[in-house]
Amino acid sequence: MKRALTIFAALAALGLVIFGIIAWRPAIAPIARPPATSFQATVVQRGAVLASAGYCASCHTAQGGAPYAGGYAMPTQFGTIYSTNITPDPETGIGNWSEAAFRRAMRDGVARDGSHLFPAFPFDHFNKLTDSDIAAIYAFLMSQPAVKAPARSNSVPFPLNIRALQAGWKLLFFHPRPFEPTPAKGTAWNRGAYLAEGLSHCGACHTPRNFLGAERSDKAFAGAAIDNWIAPALDRTNTSPLPWDKAELAAYLGSGVSRYHGTAAGPMAPVVHGLSSLPPADIEAIATYFADINDTAGKTIDPAPAVAKALARNRAGTGLTYDPAARLYASACASCHYNGAAGIIPLRPDLSLNNALTLDDPTNLIQVVLHGINSKDGAPGVVMPAFSHFSDADLARVAAWLRATRTDKAPWPDLEKQVAEVRAQGSEGK
Amino acid sequence: MTSFTINGKAVRIAADDDTPLLWVIRDEVGLTGTKFGCGIGMCGACTVHVGGRATRSCITPVAAVEGAEITTIEGLDPAAEHPVQKAWRNLQVPQCGYCQSGQIMQAAAMLKDFPDPTDADIDAVMTGNLCRCMTYVRIRTAVRQAASDMAKGPARTVGA
Repeated sequence: MKRALTIFAALAALGLVIFGIIAWRPAIAPIARPPATSFQATVVQRGAVLASAGYCASCHTAQGGAPYAGGYAMPTQFGTIYSTNITPDPETGIGNWSEAAFRRAMRDGVARDGSHLFPAFPFDHFNKLTDSDIAAIYAFLMSQPAVKAPARSNSVPFPLNIRALQAGWKLLFFHPRPFEPTPAKGTAWNRGAYLAEGLSHCGACHTPRNFLGAERSDKAFAGAAIDNWIAPALDRTNTSPLPWDKAELAAYLGSGVSRYHGTAAGPMAPVVHGLSSLPPADIEAIATYFADINDTAGKTIDPAPAVAKALARNRAGTGLTYDPAARLYASACASCHYNGAAGIIPLRPDLSLNNALTLDDPTNLIQVVLHGINSKDGAPGVVMPAFSHFSDADLARVAAWLRATRTDKAPWPDLEKQVAEVRAQGSEGK
Repeated sequence: MTSFTINGKAVRIAADDDTPLLWVIRDEVGLTGTKFGCGIGMCGACTVHVGGRATRSCITPVAAVEGAEITTIEGLDPAAEHPVQKAWRNLQVPQCGYCQSGQIMQAAAMLKDFPDPTDADIDAVMTGNLCRCMTYVRIRTAVRQAASDMAKGPARTVGA
């Protein structure tokens, strides 16, 4: 017995040593902050475009804070993680990081000092970036104003806060490999795949994660709950009554608005802002890629039948009615969302075609009704007001009625409770 | 701090982000043609245009209109000669008049989307604008008259 215990202890110790060796990463020597003039203007400019399309600022900027100075809260099932300062401040930012240190962070999720980064930072996508793209992003970030902003402490509990344990997570789930083009798919598809799988990390929101927070590669783009919203499926399981073809994908990603599918809202709004710096050919490329993922590529999607059905459904609630739900709709929604026999008018999002009504989860509909959409998001320059004065019961009533009159789907269960929950999360969802 | 333009004039407003746009328009900018009705976006009296779209200002937080172009009843036409306004006068639509700036703004925006509206279109879009004096029949007639004036008249820019 004693002998067995000794052997067990020895094995455990050996395991620990081996894990330590696996987990250990050397620090990369600090450098003096390179002067902004040491970077070529064209490279910095290219880096600015890439940083925008990778939404660096979205997560690395706190609300009302200096750009790239970190402090943005990301609630996860493991606690709240705060983004860090990626301005070139040598003490609190990445000012003393060499390009090699930056590249290692992007590729392997390891900080300059050798500590493992949490996968809230999407290094599982950024590892696909080319050396030259990483160098351009580095040049751009190092050319930004340095801001002194120490990292906020994460609320990840022990033992999950031991960064060395991330090495175990990486062993299980992180298999970096550079982007490999699939020549048969063509140039546009490959460019789109590089952007979608790498830089723009679409799967970070749209792919469900396992219980340890890793993206499930067997469920790529199958949709997931994220930041108190639902990121809809981008594969063929998408529930939109009218399939998203390349033209609508490109319109939506390029302008924030699709005539049929509605406007970008919630966490998707900054995505559209970020992508707006890309040339139109890149937006087309991403649309080409997702039209393949959702199986509309090469098919002619005729919107007419879905639109005709939607317009017929649109009548519900616009005549004389004594149904309290229909009257709520007529007073609050119809003036903007009604479309006549002539067809679907741009900026009159038709609710019958909108994903918010056909998803299994009513969260997105509740979010938009409660908080509206501001002029910067969605369709630029126009707003949807915030119907937060609706009681939980009234909002649930109109949501249930819309689901019943605009879709073929089963009623949403426990709607009123869901409304109360979404309301309690507040408007920023973080 | 929120910046936007209202009737072509740039303004910068120091109100809290969640202050209703209606309060800002009436109390800060000083344009009182836009009315407070229900305060919960259910009556339409506070309707203004945001980016050319009819929008209930009482439930629109001011921060939401950052950078947007807003038009109120005072800015719909420099001489108050918008076809909807003319039809309103010609047909003597208002009775007490409290809802009319909201009605006119809603109708003017609607006619851009529906230049030749059916009664069903008018009813669907205008139902959210309540009139306690029950002048709905005259409102509908005025909208139709404005539509036909606009169809006949010289091409002109409507609203913002």
